[in-house]
Amino acid sequence: MQAYLDQLIQGGAFAGMPREVVYAIGMLLAAFIVLSAFVAPLAGVTSWLERRVWARMQSRVGPNRVGPQGILQWLADGIKNLLKEDIIPTAADKKLFSLAPYIVFMGFLCAFVVIPFGGHLIVADLNIGILYILAVTSLVVVGILMAGWASNNKWSLLGGMRSAAQIISYEIPAGVSVLMIVFLAGTLSMQGIIKGQGWAPWDWYLFHNPFTFAGFFLYFTAALAEGNRTPFDIPEAESELVAGYVTEYSGMRFLFFFFAEWGNLYVIGAVATTLFLGGWQVPPLAIFENSPMLLAVAQFVTFFLKAYLWVFVAMWIRATLPRVRVDQLMSLCWKYMVPLSFICLLGTVAFMFVPADGQRITSAAMFGLGVAITIIFFLRVGFQIRQAKPELYFKPHI
Amino acid sequence: MLFDFANVLVFTALGLGFVGVNLLIGRLLRPANPQARKLSTYECGEPSTGSAWVNFNIRFYLVALIFIIFEVEIAFIFPVATVFRGLIESGEGLLAFVKIFIFVGILFLGLVYSWVKGDLEWIKKVKT
Repeated sequence: MQAYLDQLIQGGAFAGMPREVVYAIGMLLAAFIVLSAFVAPLAGVTSWLERRVWARMQSRVGPNRVGPQGILQWLADGIKNLLKEDIIPTAADKKLFSLAPYIVFMGFLCAFVVIPFGGHLIVADLNIGILYILAVTSLVVVGILMAGWASNNKWSLLGGMRSAAQIISYEIPAGVSVLMIVFLAGTLSMQGIIKGQGWAPWDWYLFHNPFTFAGFFLYFTAALAEGNRTPFDIPEAESELVAGYVTEYSGMRFLFFFFAEWGNLYVIGAVATTLFLGGWQVPPLAIFENSPMLLAVAQFVTFFLKAYLWVFVAMWIRATLPRVRVDQLMSLCWKYMVPLSFICLLGTVAFMFVPADGQRITSAAMFGLGVAITIIFFLRVGFQIRQAKPELYFKPHI
Repeated sequence: MLFDFANVLVFTALGLGFVGVNLLIGRLLRPANPQARKLSTYECGEPSTGSAWVNFNIRFYLVALIFIIFEVEIAFIFPVATVFRGLIESGEGLLAFVKIFIFVGILFLGLVYSWVKGDLEWIKKVKT
């Protein structure tokens, strides 16, 4: 973006204006375009799509009145929430209570600085990209804890504390999975990581070796937990905590928490796509060489579809799985995911010692072994079940 | 470089400004009709008893302590990760790998220790 602005200044488009002012205007404009043309509609449409997808999965209709198929439902919701009375309980800590939505929203929006949209479409390709995303998305937990504490409500406090414990616990497997890819790519920049992969699935870091394959699922599970999504949504568990940390919030303040939650889903998908699924890489076709515009569109669509696929998977999981209990949640993280992620990390590092020309064949052999073990495992399980069936029939309590 | 990082500042300001402007617009449009009942703390329809600012479970504190140790470990491995490929090419890879292994191993022992002590259980069994 800096090069483009420099070009405009050289061309004399902003005669008489200091360079810094032009930069500031350019940056503000870019940020505003990202927010109003991408992030806001995206979070809104995701909220509508999520309700429609659940409805479909549960044999209901879902919101279908506002606009074609109800696609403008999010605008109606926004206007409704804007016009709703805003209530701050007298018992609450007013300053922290009103500060919390700001922090949650800021932490979520800042991630979009480094999320690429295409080969050249990125706000700023920071050299610490992925570390920066880990850092700013952790800001959300501060906001949530603040909201839970400041409400001075037992439900909110429980929700906020649970959320903090959950998010910081799952930060470890997510961070270690990211670290795996950083070892392979040798850079922290988002574009650098994507450029280390190819357009074909076998060039993605997902299939680089079995450890990164496992790492992808570790990352996605941990990211779902960090985004407070079902099956890890105990901070807002409706059936036990009313609404968790947002119990006392209403109107616009309430909306911003959910804005950030739905937007975060896309951030999860985008980071997974960048790290494991080859990002915006498209096949080197002849038509792209002549027209950079077409190439940019193709890259944008590729990246968006890959990232949105994982948003859809998150919705699907939410409609399918029941919520886990708080002790199950903690034991899943500390006893299974943390050890597993460190094993995968050391495995990936060890794999890097395999010479470059032998890596693919080694990886294929290991994948084959893994598939064979899985098939044998399921055959054994089926055999055991068939063996146990007469007994199960006579003693149903077994 | 400074230009890139200035974007972060702009996004932060825009994020705060967006929330602020929306709340301001809302303030001009929405009704404000506060009553004592409306402003009371919600506790499923019952009048609330006492403050929510009480002592909470020490578990949360322990989780935070273990988290800090591991997060610092991850932060320390990040710089190694960026230069590791170069180390392999220059033949120092094995030494670096052993060092990473020892570093991860020591902290992992800590996890095993707290696991054996029962601190990873949500409800800790006290020996009687």
